[in-house]
Amino acid sequence: MSTELRVPTMAELNAEGKQPEVLFWVGCAGSFDDRAKKITKAFVKILNKANVSFAVLGTEESCTGDPAKRAGNEFLFQMQAATNIEVLNAYEIKKIVTACPHCFNTIKNEYPGLGGNYEVVHHTQFLKDLLDSGKITMEGGQFKGKRITFHDPCYLGRANGVYEAPRALIRKLDAELVEMKNCKKKGLCCGAGGAQMFKEPEKGTKDINIERTEQAIDTKPEIIAAGCPFCNTMMTDGVKNKEKEGDIAVLDIAELIAQAEDL
Amino acid sequence: MEYLPNLLFLLVLFAGIGYFARNVKKLARNIKLGKDVDVSDHKPQRLKNMARIALGQTKMVVRPVAGFLHIIVYVGFIIINIEVLEIIIDGLLGTHRIFAPLGAVYDVLIASFEVLAFLVIVAVVVFWIRRNIIRIKRFMSPEMKGWPKKDGNMILYIELVLMVLFLTMNGADYQLQAMDSLHYVKAGSFPISQFLSPLFGGMSEATLILVERTAWWLHIVGILLFLNYLYYSKHLHIILAFPNTYFGKVNPKGQLDNLAAVTAEVQLMMDPDADPFAAPAEGTEDAAPEKFGASDVTDLNWVQLLNAYTCTECGRCTSECPASQTGKLLSPRKIMMDTRDRLAEVGENIDKNKGTFVADGKQLLGDYISSEELWACTSCNACTEACPVSIDPLSIIIDMRRYLVMEQSAAPSDLNNMMGNIENNGAPWPFNQMDRLNWKNES
Repeated sequence: MSTELRVPTMAELNAEGKQPEVLFWVGCAGSFDDRAKKITKAFVKILNKANVSFAVLGTEESCTGDPAKRAGNEFLFQMQAATNIEVLNAYEIKKIVTACPHCFNTIKNEYPGLGGNYEVVHHTQFLKDLLDSGKITMEGGQFKGKRITFHDPCYLGRANGVYEAPRALIRKLDAELVEMKNCKKKGLCCGAGGAQMFKEPEKGTKDINIERTEQAIDTKPEIIAAGCPFCNTMMTDGVKNKEKEGDIAVLDIAELIAQAEDL
Repeated sequence: MEYLPNLLFLLVLFAGIGYFARNVKKLARNIKLGKDVDVSDHKPQRLKNMARIALGQTKMVVRPVAGFLHIIVYVGFIIINIEVLEIIIDGLLGTHRIFAPLGAVYDVLIASFEVLAFLVIVAVVVFWIRRNIIRIKRFMSPEMKGWPKKDGNMILYIELVLMVLFLTMNGADYQLQAMDSLHYVKAGSFPISQFLSPLFGGMSEATLILVERTAWWLHIVGILLFLNYLYYSKHLHIILAFPNTYFGKVNPKGQLDNLAAVTAEVQLMMDPDADPFAAPAEGTEDAAPEKFGASDVTDLNWVQLLNAYTCTECGRCTSECPASQTGKLLSPRKIMMDTRDRLAEVGENIDKNKGTFVADGKQLLGDYISSEELWACTSCNACTEACPVSIDPLSIIIDMRRYLVMEQSAAPSDLNNMMGNIENNGAPWPFNQMDRLNWKNES
């Protein structure tokens, strides 16, 4: 567990005249949120284990602008996009992997129109590729037979049609994948998207994350798997609200795999 | 005198189609009040979407009961139109069952019309029960009170009456054929209307002819009236579903458009050589700066306005919406209905004022859609996924948020904090950009 993480930055590699195969876009949550930082580290551990040639932007990374755009502030979004694209293009980045579906969606779909063209993959897709190509292997013993339900992040699922990669990984853990009433195309939002993460919800009868957590609890899971740092927060809060934190863990797919590999 | 019925028919047909054409023109004009948008891309994909979603009803069957019943009514509507063609030719030429020489084919056609007509009656009755007895939740939302509820039922009544008239006409015809009545050629097979015989038992030939002719006339006049009802009704979807699925979004659902006007401004701001005190280019001094986002229907693009007219108020969007499910004010269906109602109001204003819009002190934002509704959206795309005809309420919500934020600086204060943080630190929280890699060394 104590092996030091190897996290080269683009600036360092560039100084050595090296180019990594893939840029790991950490994102704001992955960089600053205490819970999400654990996901970041779990993912890096896997990357290190599989000897993936990667780098991060470090202090040169900045918010993609997603929450600003969805809040209606197109100016701020495009300012962020222009700055990020300038950095990415200067480093001649070709491929980007990120553990945040919001960064994933924005860079993949909204940056090309502003001059940023990259191959962008979500970390669950990247991990599935590593597994398929034999760069990582999983014993699965630790999760054998455990009931895991997967919460589809809107910006991975409906927004970009990625439903299978995370599920394929859960199956590889020898776990029992149980689906919620609303899943895949009909997945219910956790309540964080569209900049809701950063504001109080409007008046209503219930919070969205509670509704979604109830759906998850209905499947009697031991683990709620997520693929988005914001969904993770919302579901964790929901589980706490239901006082189930002793029975149900909310974990990112990267954390599941890192644990299965005993990293 | 002997051509009087033909002449009368021609007049009725002309009036019916003429008035409809006038309404279509108004509809097209209203839709064109929207901003231009380039939808000339992805032609093969768009055709495929139209074929699958509108023609093939693939999204309808996601909800199997409503989907199955809808397919019956939809197929019934299309197939029975072949019969309407015969009725129109007969009406104009004064013939009776002009397609009769088709023989066995004709028998099959009439038989299938009858079976479909019967199934449509069954479907319409079930639809009515769902709306009025079972009172399915999505038909009971606040925005469904008043006209939308009446409209929904009215459509069912009209369809029911039309189908009953069609079967009555055939039933009487069947009796007349059995009587060897003059004009009533022995043609067609009547698997449903033959069971109406007891109703006609003992009627004289003259009465039967009266019944048959009355049903025939009411049926075709009813169809023409129904055609003209469309413009005032959510039922417009039977036509607009086709263009709407063609022009619907082809990009990934998560992709929002990048405002070109903003791109130009940002480029200018980022250009170190740009002269901030430069005079505007020759000839552009008086041009009003482009408005960002939408506060009224004319700020939306024409595809969004077409969306609004296409909406048939089924409420699948609202029933899937996480905000709506948890009691928030937002209902994506209401966003579409409000957009349509405001557009209709603007259109009437233009009609009243000889072709120009006279400011009425109203707009879509505030008078129809409140900011509370707009801010409740999580942009999760459940509504766009649920829509059986590719309507995109989310794009309207985002355009209106853009107006609130960029023109009015009227974002909720939490969001202003978030945006301030992004502007200053490059993250939505107040953390220093220089600390972005600290996680690497934290245990």
